[in-house]
Amino acid sequence: MTTTATPPAVAPRRRSDVRRPSLLRLTGVELRKLVDTRAGLWLLITIGLSAAVIAVVQLIWTPDAEQTFANFFLPSMLPIGLLLPVLGILSVTGEWSQRTALTTYALVPRRGRVVAAKLAAMVLAALASVLVSLGVAAVGTLVAGATGGAGTWRFEASLLLHAVVLQVANVLMGAAFGLLLLNTPLAIVGFLLLPTLWTILGGMIRPLREPAGWLDTGRTMEPLLTPDVTADQWARFAVSLLVWLVVPLVAGLVRTLRREVS
Amino acid sequence: MISVEHLTKRYGRHTAVDDVSFRCEPGTVTGFLGPNGAGKSTTMRMICGLTPPSGGGATVAGRPYRELPNPGLEVGVLLDASAQHAGRTGREALTVAAATMGVDRRQVAAKLDLVGLNGVAAKRRVRAYSLGMRQRLGLAHAMLGDPRVLILDEPANGLDPEGIFWMRGLLRDYADRGGTVLLSSHLLREVEAVADRLVVIGGGRIVAQGEKDELLAGGGTLVRARDAAALRGALERAGLAVTDGTDGLLVRAAAEAVGQAAADAGVALTELRAAGSGGLEQLFLTLTAGASTKEAVR
Repeated sequence: MTTTATPPAVAPRRRSDVRRPSLLRLTGVELRKLVDTRAGLWLLITIGLSAAVIAVVQLIWTPDAEQTFANFFLPSMLPIGLLLPVLGILSVTGEWSQRTALTTYALVPRRGRVVAAKLAAMVLAALASVLVSLGVAAVGTLVAGATGGAGTWRFEASLLLHAVVLQVANVLMGAAFGLLLLNTPLAIVGFLLLPTLWTILGGMIRPLREPAGWLDTGRTMEPLLTPDVTADQWARFAVSLLVWLVVPLVAGLVRTLRREVS
Repeated sequence: MISVEHLTKRYGRHTAVDDVSFRCEPGTVTGFLGPNGAGKSTTMRMICGLTPPSGGGATVAGRPYRELPNPGLEVGVLLDASAQHAGRTGREALTVAAATMGVDRRQVAAKLDLVGLNGVAAKRRVRAYSLGMRQRLGLAHAMLGDPRVLILDEPANGLDPEGIFWMRGLLRDYADRGGTVLLSSHLLREVEAVADRLVVIGGGRIVAQGEKDELLAGGGTLVRARDAAALRGALERAGLAVTDGTDGLLVRAAAEAVGQAAADAGVALTELRAAGSGGLEQLFLTLTAGASTKEAVR
């Protein structure tokens, strides 16, 4: 006699089993999604390499006296500030261009939670990028010290705080552009071009010069690369973020929540 | 269990889905049939909370989809097999979903195995998958959280005949164990073999729904004669509704009445039988033709 194994019944799930995925878990998933595609991984590698390349260039070309920790740290942030937001854009727009929104939002119908997790993941990535900058600067300083450069470690804590604020603002700006435009090339071009366009126009057109001091992120972000920022400079920075970060973020959030997924 | 009530979707002046209502019970497979563009996918997206309806609503497992705390554990959804990131591997796509739902990672391998994607295939990027492989991956994705309800849009697309046969077995077994399945198709033959119930949609409206056996039996009578024109004339004179079938004339009347009408007119028949699925197929073909059929079915 043969025994047949009865397949398990499709059991009704007990309600208590089913819990909403926590924001922490969703953030972990979004962090994973940043690196589990070839595009994302290579973008991250490029960002790391470009920071390292800048340090090497400085070791060769910068006068020995200027090869200090702070002077290695600040330039390494520039390529990161430019490229990391692109990762934020990809994270948001990729859902639509790769059509994964269909599966993502079927698993988490509260789209706001997915967006919140994406923003949290981007902030974590920005924080990690500052650690990378610190690492690159430390290695640069060590090498400089060994090869006749200044190699001084003097570094003001406020500069670190400014760096964190700057990088977080940069990635969130990228994510906001992504949310608003929901289209990869458009968001990348918009993010990279619009502020630059402002800088050019603000420089050329006289009546724009005064508003540009408040709205051109290229100018309002500059003071944050120094240890001392005045209240007026903070205010200008905040206003420019309101226009380039908060407004597109809110508008983009509304658009993402309402958009039909197909 | 799925309950759809008066679901309506309008895009501007165009009504894509018009007052659609049906129910899917546990232990059954419901075939959602209709030609391309009939509103099947829009209806399914509305059930899954991805498209906001203009009117009506739907519940899955007793709640609107968007209010399910962790939908993947209650409803398996496959709306488009191509909706996976081309740059992720098959295994990674499932791992991400498992992490989102909080499902044990071992389920990833188990479900890949269930749908017949081997280790080599699982390590390849979705970009390199054929449509059939994407469908299998999508099915594994839908079943990952061991849900009680499956909502599958055209899951047989791109599968080879062996694959379609395999999928039928999988879904039949799933329903027999108490699961609820809603699957759409634009091919009657594809769902005929597995569905218990059929919901037929055309131009956004439901034109027929019920038990498969009833629907297939109620297809009228198929009749053929060497002189088709004379036969048609005779039937029309007798006041019977005649349409051109795929292989003969289709009459919405009992075989007896049809035979009598032909005999009265002296037309020799070569065939006279219940139309069977031919009736539904006929309905199906004419769905694309226009609104007139919708009246005929009522």
